[in-house]
Amino acid sequence: MTEFLAMGGYGFYVWGSYLVTFALIVIEVVLVRRRQSGMLRRLGRLRRLNTEVSNEA
Amino acid sequence: MNLFKYASPATFYPLAGKMIPGFAIAAVLFAIVGLYVSFFVAPTDYQQSEAYRIMFIHVPAAWMSMWIYLIMACYAAAGLIWNTRLSAMMAISLAPTGAIFTVIALWTGSLWGKPMWGTWWIWDARLTSYLLLLFLYIGFIALHNSISDSRRAAKATGLLAIVGVVNLPIIYFSVQWWNTLHQGSSFSFGEDGTVEASMATSMVWGLLLMTFAFWMYSIAVTLIRVRSEILEREKESDWVEKMLSGQSQ
Repeated sequence: MTEFLAMGGYGFYVWGSYLVTFALIVIEVVLVRRRQSGMLRRLGRLRRLNTEVSNEA
Repeated sequence: MNLFKYASPATFYPLAGKMIPGFAIAAVLFAIVGLYVSFFVAPTDYQQSEAYRIMFIHVPAAWMSMWIYLIMACYAAAGLIWNTRLSAMMAISLAPTGAIFTVIALWTGSLWGKPMWGTWWIWDARLTSYLLLLFLYIGFIALHNSISDSRRAAKATGLLAIVGVVNLPIIYFSVQWWNTLHQGSSFSFGEDGTVEASMATSMVWGLLLMTFAFWMYSIAVTLIRVRSEILEREKESDWVEKMLSGQSQ
């Protein structure tokens, strides 16, 4: 296991590459999903607001 | 079948929603197998030892960033020619993913270059033209964000994307046209269509599997992003209203 992590002495470079790639992908997935769910929530709120206003009128 | 039917945001929105899980699952499966091959099946390189394993993300990410740019430019061109709304939305939804793959390729290339070349960065033709690709992506996104009218934004960014395509062959052939520190391609197609690779077959498989994983991933995140983009621009329309009323009941 230690030998595997050492990557023949290039551990810093190899894992530095893979970890940053993984982190960027996770961040992108979180951001696109958050934008989509936020958008649906916002539109749902707007819609409820509009129906309330039209009910009062 | 009318292909333009799917060019309508109202039809495409639910279709994209149905496709996302499949592409996401495929991306994870390809990545698991690809990483297994990259680390446990592919042999140690006799020249570069284990450092060459960086290539299993560097090369697919670099390919991906260039393909995404080409696809983005095609959508942009289609949007300019046929004035289809969805094309411009697809183009802007592809850009961030392309930019991220460009950053990944630059980052991993740098981490490979330090132990192998002795430098993080060098202004050779390949690296310089590739850095320009990142600036093209950033310019595309910045220009899009700076114009509030979506039709004008689509025109301006579309032109930028199409002009920027010139950079793709420059990146690809830079290692042949100029004397670069960056090595030439280890992987090419022969005249009879067969794959010619100066490496072990398992290494080729590692590269291909990781490339498939990145492809599936790119499609999945782009589809999520384009759905948000569609909602943003079509929020006033009847079909969005209908969809939302269906959800809340």
